[in-house]
Amino acid sequence: MTTPGIPDLQHQPGVTVEAEETTLEQKETVGLSQAQIVRRRFLRHKGAMISLFVLVFVLLVAITSIGIGPIPGWWQWTPYDRPPPLNPRGEPTLELPFFGGTGFAIGSHPFGQDETGRDMFAATMRGIQNTMVVIIVLAMFSTTLGVLIGALAGYFGGWWDSVLMRITDTIIIIPLILITAVAGYALGVNGVVAVALVMGLFLWTGLARLVRAEFLALREREFVDAARVAGASSSRIIFKHILPNSVAVIVVNVTLLMGTGILTEVALGFLGFGIQPPDISLGSLISQYQGAFTTRPWLFVWPGVFIIIIVLCIQFIGDGLRDAFDPRQKRIPKQKDLDKAGRLPAAEPEDAVGTGTMKVIEP
Amino acid sequence: MARHLVKGLVDQMAMYIVRRLIAGFFVVLGASFIVFILVANAGDPLASAQGITDPIARQARIDYLTTTLNLDVNPVIRYFLWLKGIAGCFVGQCDFGYSISTNQPVTGDLGTRILITLKLLLAASMLAVVFGASIGIITALRQYSGFDYTITFFTFLFFSLPVFWAAVLLKELVAIQFNDFIVAGAHIPWWFIWLATLVVFLITYSITGGQPLRRGLYAIGAGAVTFGIVYYMSVTQWLLDPGLGPIVIVVTSIGIALGVAEVSAGLSNRKALYTALTTAGIGIALWYPLQYFFYEDMSFPRLLLLAVAAIAIGIGVGYLWAGDDRALSARTGAITAFLISMVIFIDRTMQAWSAYTSNTVIRGRPIKTIGDSQSGLEGDFWIQTVDMFTHLLLPTMALILISLASYTRYSRASMLEVLNQDYIRTARAKGLTERTVIMRHAFRNALIPLATIVAFDIGQLLGGAVVTEKVFQWDAMGTLFLRGLQNSDPNPVMAFFLIVAIVAVVFNIIADLLYAALDPRIRVGQ
Repeated sequence: MTTPGIPDLQHQPGVTVEAEETTLEQKETVGLSQAQIVRRRFLRHKGAMISLFVLVFVLLVAITSIGIGPIPGWWQWTPYDRPPPLNPRGEPTLELPFFGGTGFAIGSHPFGQDETGRDMFAATMRGIQNTMVVIIVLAMFSTTLGVLIGALAGYFGGWWDSVLMRITDTIIIIPLILITAVAGYALGVNGVVAVALVMGLFLWTGLARLVRAEFLALREREFVDAARVAGASSSRIIFKHILPNSVAVIVVNVTLLMGTGILTEVALGFLGFGIQPPDISLGSLISQYQGAFTTRPWLFVWPGVFIIIIVLCIQFIGDGLRDAFDPRQKRIPKQKDLDKAGRLPAAEPEDAVGTGTMKVIEP
Repeated sequence: MARHLVKGLVDQMAMYIVRRLIAGFFVVLGASFIVFILVANAGDPLASAQGITDPIARQARIDYLTTTLNLDVNPVIRYFLWLKGIAGCFVGQCDFGYSISTNQPVTGDLGTRILITLKLLLAASMLAVVFGASIGIITALRQYSGFDYTITFFTFLFFSLPVFWAAVLLKELVAIQFNDFIVAGAHIPWWFIWLATLVVFLITYSITGGQPLRRGLYAIGAGAVTFGIVYYMSVTQWLLDPGLGPIVIVVTSIGIALGVAEVSAGLSNRKALYTALTTAGIGIALWYPLQYFFYEDMSFPRLLLLAVAAIAIGIGVGYLWAGDDRALSARTGAITAFLISMVIFIDRTMQAWSAYTSNTVIRGRPIKTIGDSQSGLEGDFWIQTVDMFTHLLLPTMALILISLASYTRYSRASMLEVLNQDYIRTARAKGLTERTVIMRHAFRNALIPLATIVAFDIGQLLGGAVVTEKVFQWDAMGTLFLRGLQNSDPNPVMAFFLIVAIVAVVFNIIADLLYAALDPRIRVGQ
């Protein structure tokens, strides 16, 4: 049974450019493998590259500052220390010249302290570490499950498809918060990895649907027939022939899933489910301090700022990957590229950026 | 021959719907079983009774809980007992069981709770769809412009916001600041006036088309108008006692008429233009008499009736003016009539504002951060309406911020997809005006995928209420679920789940059908 699905809106076609610009694009990619083209396009995506840099930086600081497990970091406090408040009410020592400060200073408690003296910088860093663990575990599990189930349903079709898709439909409508509540109560698991595992076991559904749709389309193609005629087994066709061709859909959607996964984990923490104290998540920090906004806003603001930074970076990286993988995506050549190509542009460059697509499409 | 074909298609469609409904029924049944077993393991309902110190009372409570929740039997059998109560819905006697924290049947207040949740979510999602689709389509038309990049950045930013974090910021920065501002006399600070002017200037400059000079003139004009309006509002302390008054209503109505005529039919279509202007004239003429009508026992059904009457008048005017395309004129009239009746409604609601803020339970701080209505507020329909709006403002803002992003992205992508199709090139080659190409050929087709996404989202909407309701402390469906889960009270949890699941499954089917109905290239079934 083929259900009319939501159309593939992920691919945004670029402007239909004119013949000589196309050849310019072709000239750039001549002699390169698909992976090289994708990598080049990704490296050229400014937003994605800046985001990647920021994300790696945040991650490095989070890991090295308070250390992992038994390995100590360079920061003087851990999230479990309770030093006496330095400033009255534990006000942050971070000073920036344009935010009311007199100069630039970090001090010993840049993000302030809470009423028990806990250093918020250390607590936030621990929250970031846990968030990273959550998205890595989540991505691993949901990708494996989603790809496997989507591939089986899409490739074999028939009964496989019906049964697997009804299971997917069933899982989709079970609220995640209930699962974490049960896991916390009945199994006694509310640590970081356990919560991530539970989320991974239930958040693969969207990916499975997309992979299925991709497989449904690809299994009808000639190269699959060719492989089958050559005597390839089903598993070989699935993993060696179709899967590499659907890698774009998978990579892009796993990236976006990581972004929504963080927000989901944070929301669970906010509602009092998911990661529980003494373990720290960015969501539970916000939940814990939301009442303190009027008296100690710094307790509330910083975890939120880091959630936004991380999710925003992941979004931009996903956007960059999507553009890089999209075969229909064409870059508007800059004036200097055209000059370098040694010919005058047929269309004014302003047309491509200013008045929109209409003029560019005109034959 | 053709009739056979159509009949075959209809049969196929009916078969498809029936098949989907049966599959959906079993999906809900299976999921409800899993969830029931999960809930049974998510906590001990007897835990609250264990805290009672008096042994006799404790035993009585334990016995009571055991019999109401059938705790003496296996969870699987318990599920079927629960299902028996639900099956009663088919004969009009629903039984969702008792809630052990309130000792009341869950069925009782389910209806009111659903209405409150819908009130919270519907306004926000409708506005998000309208704004999101418009912004997305404008960014698609101005692809790779500064406006496009700015909007893209902000949609990513809004999408990354945790809703509760944004909500707390809104409470502190919007509600409390605005209330302080009202208390201080509603004088708008200069920085805000200039900021508003600058923002309007920049937006107008980036979304108008043509030569830089023309765009600059438009932008300066729009900026100047904004400056004038905001300055006037500050000087007259307009926000203390707002209202539009006859002059603004006349100007706005004519503006709406011209705008609707231009967008839907083009100003060169005289009949459509006359339709819009006649409708505007009727609206303006009716404004004063309507004030008396509004004064006496107004209610929500009567308001709805008025809106329907307004649309009917608009259609009638369009039908009488007719023109080459009667349906087009009627549509122009209907849209104009609806928008103008909204203006009249907003004007009347504004008139209740000062009575509302000076009310003893409001004490001059109108924007509310929690709850869905002010308890102990007395007043007529209009004061209650203002109360509803002031409570809805913050949740709506928070929800719009977040869902706006995805609608903007979707409609932009879909519009770009459509603009690259061959039939758009054909339409341009035929010599159609840009307005016709965009509005008739591109815009409508770009909305098709959006319609299915909206239908799909409505299914997910109720489930997302849990977080929003907790942040703004609305006592509705999400709270029912959350409190049930915290108190190990299974029946409210199951009631919430069942309703959310059914809505999700039904709207999923609607989304697929809508797609097949709107896009002739899609065929259901095989």
